[in-house]
Amino acid sequence: MMAFLLRRILLGVATVFAVTTVTFVLVRAAPGEPYAFLLNDARLTPEQVAAFRARYGLDQPLPVQYARYIGRVMRGDLGQSFVERRPVVTVLRERLPRTLLLMGTAIVTGFALGVGVGAWQASRAGSRRERAVGSLTVALNAIPDFWIAIALLLLFGLKLHWLPITGMVDPTMHDFLSPAGKAWDVLRHLILPAASLVLIVAAVVARFQRNAVLEVLPEDFVRTARAKGVPRQGVVFRHALRNALLPTITLFGLILPALVGGAVFVERIYAWPGIGTLAVSSISNRDYEVVLGVTLIASTVVVIAGIMADLAYAAADPRTRHG
Amino acid sequence: MTAPTAPSPLLRVEHLRTYFHTRSGIARAVDDVSFDVYPGETIGVVGESGSGKSVTALSLLRLIDPPGRIEAGSRIIFEGRDLLTAPEEDVRRIRGNRISMVFQEPMTALNPVFTVGDQVAEVARVHDRASRKAAWERAVEMLSLVGIPSPRERALQYPHEMSGGMRQRVLIAMALVMRPALLIADEPTTALDVTIQAQILELLADLQQKFGTAIVLITHDLGVVAEVASRALVMYGGQVVERAPVRELFANPKHPYTQGLLRAMPRVGQGLDRLVTIPGTVPAPTAWPTGCRFRDRCPLAFDRCATEAPMLPDGAHGARCHLAEAGTPVAFADRA
Repeated sequence: MMAFLLRRILLGVATVFAVTTVTFVLVRAAPGEPYAFLLNDARLTPEQVAAFRARYGLDQPLPVQYARYIGRVMRGDLGQSFVERRPVVTVLRERLPRTLLLMGTAIVTGFALGVGVGAWQASRAGSRRERAVGSLTVALNAIPDFWIAIALLLLFGLKLHWLPITGMVDPTMHDFLSPAGKAWDVLRHLILPAASLVLIVAAVVARFQRNAVLEVLPEDFVRTARAKGVPRQGVVFRHALRNALLPTITLFGLILPALVGGAVFVERIYAWPGIGTLAVSSISNRDYEVVLGVTLIASTVVVIAGIMADLAYAAADPRTRHG
Repeated sequence: MTAPTAPSPLLRVEHLRTYFHTRSGIARAVDDVSFDVYPGETIGVVGESGSGKSVTALSLLRLIDPPGRIEAGSRIIFEGRDLLTAPEEDVRRIRGNRISMVFQEPMTALNPVFTVGDQVAEVARVHDRASRKAAWERAVEMLSLVGIPSPRERALQYPHEMSGGMRQRVLIAMALVMRPALLIADEPTTALDVTIQAQILELLADLQQKFGTAIVLITHDLGVVAEVASRALVMYGGQVVERAPVRELFANPKHPYTQGLLRAMPRVGQGLDRLVTIPGTVPAPTAWPTGCRFRDRCPLAFDRCATEAPMLPDGAHGARCHLAEAGTPVAFADRA
């Protein structure tokens, strides 16, 4: 177990390193540079522009820049945001909790909903209502995530005016609200972007969970449970689902990377001030260090989540727990 | 338990027919099976794989899943009410409570992700609405009753941490939590070592004495029937082909199939070069032969067997065979 864990951690570090390297090259290979709007000013002399680039080390060859960057990262310094004129670490520290709030809500709700719907489907497999729900999950799987986000925004935000569609708080009123009022304000802003992600996660999980439960239902121990007089919900949701949940834990590790990508779109569409929005704006501003910081933090989170999923799997199955 | 002079049956199965409506035709897995079980007795149900004995067992608790179906006209009268017309919820309350079941495969019949104590306790929680703690205490008590050493520690174990014999004991404990009136044991010892088999049979007999539970013991092993049952049903082709008190069955088997089964039992010192077998295999339940279902394999078959299906006569000892019916003493031709 320890050897396995160690291998997973080393592999994870290698992954994060590789992702960071690729991003480093890509973002510099893209046309444009930081402060383009400043440096293109005709009043600046070439010497002034050169001095400016030298100040940030942008005049150095790529390998040198890369070596310097890695060296700084090793010391915990992720560099400066050219745009915000603040350390990248500070920017991330401010943004990350917001994204974690959005993603965490989406993942927890999405998995709970998906597991419930999938198990229900399995218990009614083949019935008309079950097939209707099945078609819906397939459709949700096929529709691109940004389309779902925009559709929800149009319907519940612009047409029905039920919920706010941009930002995380009400920009004028928020500071004047009571603590409970503030929480409610954030929650209202959270609903639509989270729902967009929840639908995607729930659809994937439900399809998976349905099949996993169906696979377990013919098992002998399910028949034993029925012969004991356990009510039908108990048979499906306790005896069968508990066994069928094991593979779903693995799904968590697989779904997360895709969800990170989806979250970038959703944050952008709803102007949620998290890592995703930051990623988009930093790329268009060529805010190199921020792009790298975001990549680093996102890939680290994904890698850690994957390792945690593996550990959770081992802990959830008594056969591997003692093995 | 009172013992009236003419006890009424605890369970009366009448014309039970369980068919599987598959794409390749209707499989008549159980076809017109009738029998009684009296309180406290042990009745053995013997037959090869595919004879319909396990489907009969599952039908008793209405655990048949589509495409299987218990056909109209079947009756399963338990403690005075027909389980086939009772609402599903009422039958559920009977399962594991008044009638319980022990299955063949102790390896797979227990849920791998719950402790054995939890699984035994669940019965008390479901049927008695016992508190978590009270149910757990009863589970420990049951585990000790079925001869599991240090039951309090064992209750915390998962099935994969136990041997086959121990797991079978757990299944028996689970089946007896509610002191059922009837226990259906489907090949309870088949998957076990011979020495463990004997222990389990002994345990069942002990607990039967203690609780007065009637047992329907399903097995392919006539030796097991001889050991524990007072009456036996021999099944073939989804039907009961012979019904007799066990002593009678062994001393004077009437059906050629029963005779074949008895001859196929190897005995020490018999001095045969080869084991005796019944030629052929059980036909597919989608295509039983016309007339007598055993006629293809029967050494005594004659014209009438192909055209007319024999009936099982009433009475303590009867066989579904034209020869037995005519009162002709049947002799199984020696083929050695």
